[in-house]
Order: sequence, then structure tokens, then C-alpha cells
Amino acid sequence: MRIEALRAWLDERLSISTLAAMAQKKEVPVHRHSIWYYFGGMTLFLFAVQVVTGILLLLYYRPSSETAFESVQFIITEVKFGWLIRSIHSWSANLMILTLFVHMFSVFFLRAYYRPREMTWLSGAFLLFVAICFGFSGYLLPWNKLAFFATKVGTEIAGVIPIVGRPALRFLRGGDDVTGATLTRFFGFHVAVLPATATALITIHVLLVQLHGMSVPPGVADKNVKKMKFVPNFLLRDLIGWILAIGVLAALAALFPWELGEKADAFAPAPAGIKPEWYFLFMFQTLKLIPAKILGFDGEVLGIMAFNVVAVLLFIVPFVDRDPENLRRRLIFNVIGVFALLYIVVMTVYGYVT
Amino acid sequence: MDRQQKQSNPDVLVVAAAKEDVRHVIGAKRSLRIALRVAIVLMLFTLAPAQKKSSCIECHSKLEDTRLSAPAKLFDNDIHHARGLSCNDCHGGDPNADTKEGAKDPRKGYLGKPKTLDIPAYCGKCHSDANLMKRFNPSLRVDQEREYYSSVHGKLLKSGEPRVATCISCHSVHGIRAISDPLSSVYPPNVAETCAKCHASADYMRGFPIPNDQFAKYKTSVHAKMLYEKQDLSAPTCNDCHGNHGATPPGLVSVANICGQCHARQAELFQTSPHKAAFDQRQFGECIKCHSNHAIAKPGDQLIGTFQGALCVNCHTTGDKGFVAAGRMRSRIDELIASIDKSTEILNRAERDGMEVSRPKFEMKEATDALTHARVLIHSSSPDEIDKIVAPGLAASAKGYQAGLGALAERSFRRKGLAVSLVFILFLAALVYLKVRQIERRQNESANSA
Repeated sequence: MRIEALRAWLDERLSISTLAAMAQKKEVPVHRHSIWYYFGGMTLFLFAVQVVTGILLLLYYRPSSETAFESVQFIITEVKFGWLIRSIHSWSANLMILTLFVHMFSVFFLRAYYRPREMTWLSGAFLLFVAICFGFSGYLLPWNKLAFFATKVGTEIAGVIPIVGRPALRFLRGGDDVTGATLTRFFGFHVAVLPATATALITIHVLLVQLHGMSVPPGVADKNVKKMKFVPNFLLRDLIGWILAIGVLAALAALFPWELGEKADAFAPAPAGIKPEWYFLFMFQTLKLIPAKILGFDGEVLGIMAFNVVAVLLFIVPFVDRDPENLRRRLIFNVIGVFALLYIVVMTVYGYVT
Repeated sequence: MDRQQKQSNPDVLVVAAAKEDVRHVIGAKRSLRIALRVAIVLMLFTLAPAQKKSSCIECHSKLEDTRLSAPAKLFDNDIHHARGLSCNDCHGGDPNADTKEGAKDPRKGYLGKPKTLDIPAYCGKCHSDANLMKRFNPSLRVDQEREYYSSVHGKLLKSGEPRVATCISCHSVHGIRAISDPLSSVYPPNVAETCAKCHASADYMRGFPIPNDQFAKYKTSVHAKMLYEKQDLSAPTCNDCHGNHGATPPGLVSVANICGQCHARQAELFQTSPHKAAFDQRQFGECIKCHSNHAIAKPGDQLIGTFQGALCVNCHTTGDKGFVAAGRMRSRIDELIASIDKSTEILNRAERDGMEVSRPKFEMKEATDALTHARVLIHSSSPDEIDKIVAPGLAASAKGYQAGLGALAERSFRRKGLAVSLVFILFLAALVYLKVRQIERRQNESANSA
């Protein structure tokens, strides 16, 4: 009786029954590509893991060049289950980028960006960049040797962009070199700017998905598509995936704890064979292979500009390929997508084996 | 508009005049540019330092006899040439003369080629003159000639022996380079080879009562490895122990002083050890008795102890005080090595399994430092002194071992925890899956009944 009264009290103030009714109405199409619907939810779940483990790490992490490394060392050696939280944070970050890529490519190939979902694609593309910025800023925070030099190389790459490069490099580093000032601002980006941006974008992204419903791929759109209730059928299936994801994260953390390495030393030589995180490796490898000069222009600058152009193209995909009836254009975009996917995979593997 | 009309049209005339003006201006600018270029080229010629005429170089470089043309060609790379000196600054004569007789006129101070016995004084004319040398290199010593005559080479030369090394034997002649120049014959990695030109030649050294295997032995030494393989220019070569201009065998009394310049702590400990008096009494060369001289091998723990191959047993016999001390020192060092190996192995194992052990690994440096210190303390020949250092080393190593054990125990705990967690997680996932199946079965049943 008391619970009923509490529910009524809350319902009067929060309209829970309206929200519940909306959720009851929501349906998910069931077809041969339905598996890809789960990757958005999986990415969101891993982001939630990041938030929770990130807050726990914040209890002990101290963001300065004198204390950062020692505080992470303290977390993984002295704090009860600190190793687990830190390892899960690192592994989950990487898995989140992976599922984000899978989600993006599935949306691309299944044409889920067709009208009226252009803004959903745009918010997703922004979220991809936010996630990459999360990775880049978070990588420096343990202040170890690899992170220090990876940040040095990464910011140097940003610095070669004509006109805006140099000011961008100084802004990112907080000076001319990677120092404690860089660490402090990367920490600020990682725990304040990026989470706020990500939360806003995720809210927009999820609301747009609710507004427009799940997209049905053009190939199966004409057929009589079956539907599944979002609550509870799809949500419980999502839940199975999330539970299994916790298992995978726990296994990775216990069997392959994320290394801390050696403390950063600005005067030490850069470690041999230095490589960035795997999601930057295809770009890094491209810049390594590109000739020093192309038609009199600096090869590295041209490579970076090319990646910038690709990034812009990514944003405008729904505005270029907008006609579901145009089969020729659909084919061209499929070829571009397959090429991009193959390029990323091949260059990443090549980067690892060389 | 035809030509006549154009000529009569005032507008066309104005435009034509303007074009003409522009052509004039462009023409004037072009002339000015050319004039400026010519002026710059002329200025460069004027500003270039006037090359001193040297008839010596001019004639000698054209001679077919390489014995006579080589000096002129080599001199291009000579440090004296770089400092603005020429042939006549050493050989005298007149480099401005156009004839051989004029250039080699004794009235103009022509000295010609010096005799071997005169070479030190010949170079010393300038190199022993402090006031003169200041003009070229204020930090360069000016006692080389005096030092040379204190050397075995110098003494033999003074006694009339011409086959000994003089300045040019080591520094070469006409192509003399600064000692910091890697192509110089006295650049550190080239010194031993330069000395070996004479000292390794059995034919050349015939008649001199010294061996000629020094270079062959030196090449096997730890010093040569440092110099040649690690390119450590501070590693000793011939002149660092024997002196350069005053090159002399160190002799038994001073050998420890020479080694002690670099190995100061070892030399100091040796002076306080019981070996000092014993070696002096038996006329043993201090360091070289155990380490030899030219073929100094990298020292290892096998040198000490009472086992076969240890140096101590060359003099000490079973039961004597030194024999017991050698045995004790070796066993303590072996004990520390075994302990460090055990701790390092367990820490590495933990690290390979992903455990964070960088701090205990860093703290293991205390043990390895103790080992290094103990090895140096061998020169005191005092087991008690070694004990004082080995004990804290063993404690530090034991601490590292405990940390390794702890890390491995933590790893096992994590794996067991993971196994339990996975069972729970899979059970939970299975429960949810069954729930989904149940819900969907009910939904299908209600749909069918509807």
C-alpha cells in the first residue's frame, strides 16, 4: 500500500507513467541486421563504466608532473582493488572506441543516416571525436614515459597544420613543450570539458534516436519487418551483453592488467619503436610512409590535411548521400566505406608488425 | 585604327609615352641590378683573404717524385697550414722566390730537412716558446720538448740512437692534425696503432730489450673494448698509462698510482690492505700482479676465492690466513649474487604476469649497489669490511624477494577472484536470457490466443 502511495506521489510529480507508456510503445525492428543495433547501447554502457571508474580514480589521482605517476602507482599497488578499477578504466576506454567504430560503420553501411536522421549522424560523429579526445587526454594522465612521448609526437603532428597548427600546439601543451602544464590542462579536458560535452551530445543523440525510432536498412525496408518491444525484450538482451561485457572487462583486468611503465622523464631519450594507441596507429603509419616531399609540398603536412578533409567528409556524409533511390551513389559509398575499413585495418596491422 | 590615326590621336600618344617611360624605368632597374651584381662579385674578390704566395708548394706539388710532392699535398690538411703557417716557418728560405736557388737560399735562413736527432729541437723552436704559442693556442702546453727528453725515447735519442720515436713518428709530418681530429694519428682510438707501428714490429724492435706483443695484448683488454667497441674516448690507451711525450714504463713503484688515477677507490683500499707490505717486500707490481698490464681482462668474481683458477691460490695455500680470508670473501659475494638472482627472477616473473613491481625492482638497486661495493672492497682483503656491506645488501634483496612473493600471491588471488566472478556473471547472464525466453514465450502465447 505504501509503495503504491509512493509511486502515485512520484508519478504526480515526474509523470513516470507517461514515460513508462512511451517506453512500452517503443519497438525495435527485427531483421537480419538487427545485431548491429546492440553496439550503440554497448558503447553507452562502456561510457557509463568509464564515468563510474573515472570518478573512483579521481579519489586518489593527483594531477601534477610530480605526483601523477606516483598516485597511479599508489592506486594500483596500495588501494584495495585500485588495480581493478584502473585496469577496467583503461580496457573499457579501448573497448568503447572499438564498439564506437563498429557502431559508426554499421550505421554507415546500413544507411541509418538517411532523412530524417542526419542530425543523429552528426551528433554521433561529434561523439567519435570527443571519444578520441578522451583517449588522447587520458593517455597522458599516468605521466609515464610512453604517454609523455606519445603526447609529444601527437601534439607535434597537430603543430604542423598550416596557420592554426602552432597556436593549437601551444594551447594543447600549455607552452612550447610537454610539461606539467600540459598534464594539468589534459586533466581538465579529461574530467570536465570532455565529460560535459559528451553528456550533452549523448543526450541529444539518444533523444534523437527515441524521436525517430530505429532505422530500418533500405534493403529490408520494403519487406514486412517484424518488431520487438524495446522494453523488456530488447533492453534485457542489451543487459545480457552488458553483463558479459563486465565479465570480459574483469578477465582482461585480471589477466592483462594495464601497465604503468616508467615515470616520464623529459631529459630521457624517446623509447625505441614508440607507437600511439591502436586507434591512432593507422594515421601514424600513414604519416610514416608518406614521402617527405610531394610535388614540392611537405608530405607530412599534406597527410595531416588529408585526414582533416576525411574528417570533414565524415560529417557531411548524410548531406551528400541522401537519396535512397540513387543506387549508383549507394554503391560508391559502399566502396568508399569498405576501402576506409580495409585501410584502417591494414594500416593498423602494418603499424603493429613493423 | 590605322597607324596614322594612332599617331595623330593625343590619347594614344600619351599612352605610348607612358609605355616608353615604363620601358626606360624597367631598363634602368635592370642595369642597376647588373651593376650591383658585378659590384658584389668584385667586393667578394677584394674581401677574400690574400693567399700568400708559396713557391715551395707550387713547385713541390708538381714534382713527379712522390717523396718530394707528398709534403706539399699533405700540407693542405695540416693544422699549421690552418693556422696560417707555411713551409718557410719551419724550413726557412724564401717562399716568394721564383727559382729553386732563390727559395732555398741559406742566406734567407733555409734549413732544409732536419736530421732525426734534431727534430725535437726543430719543433721545440715554437712549441717550447710560451710567448709564441699563446698567439695560436693559449692552453697548449709548452713543455713537450723537455718532457720528451725525460722519456725513454728522448734519452735514447740523446745517446745517438736514431731509431726511436721523435715528434713526427707519432704526429706524422706535413699532415699533422689536431689531437681532437678523428683522423689524427694521436686521436685516442688511433694512439695504440700509432705506437704499434714500431712497438709491434719484431724487426724494428730488434736490439731493444722489450717485448713487442703489447698491442696484441692490449687489443684483448677491457680497456680496448671500451675504447673501440663502446667508443668511450676516456678509456685508457698507451699514453694514458705511459705518458705521451715523456713515455716511460711506469715501473713497479708507480704502477698503482697510474691505475689509481681512474680506479681511485681500489688503489686507496689496496694501500691499507695487508697485501701492500707483502707486495712491496716481494717486489710485486701492485695492480698488475693480479690484473696484468696490457691484457687486462674484465675482472670477474672467479678471480677471487680458493677454487681452481682463482688468483689467490697462486700465492696462498690451504689453511693460511689469506686463504681463509679469500674463501670468506668469495662466499659472501656468492651469497649476495644468489640472493639478488633469486629476487630478480621472482620480480621479473611477477612483472611478466602484469603485476606492478617497479618500486621493489627499484629498491633492489640497494642490493646491486652493495654487490658492486663489495667487489671493490676485495682490494682491502678484509672479509669483515665486505660483511658490513653484504649484510644490508642481503636484507634489501630479501625485501625484494618478499615483494615478488606478495605480487605472485596477489596474481593468484586475482585469478581465483576472476574465476568466481565469471561464474557469477555467466549465471546472471543465463538468468536474464531465461527471463527473456520466458517473457517472449508468454508474449507469443498471448498473441496466438488473441
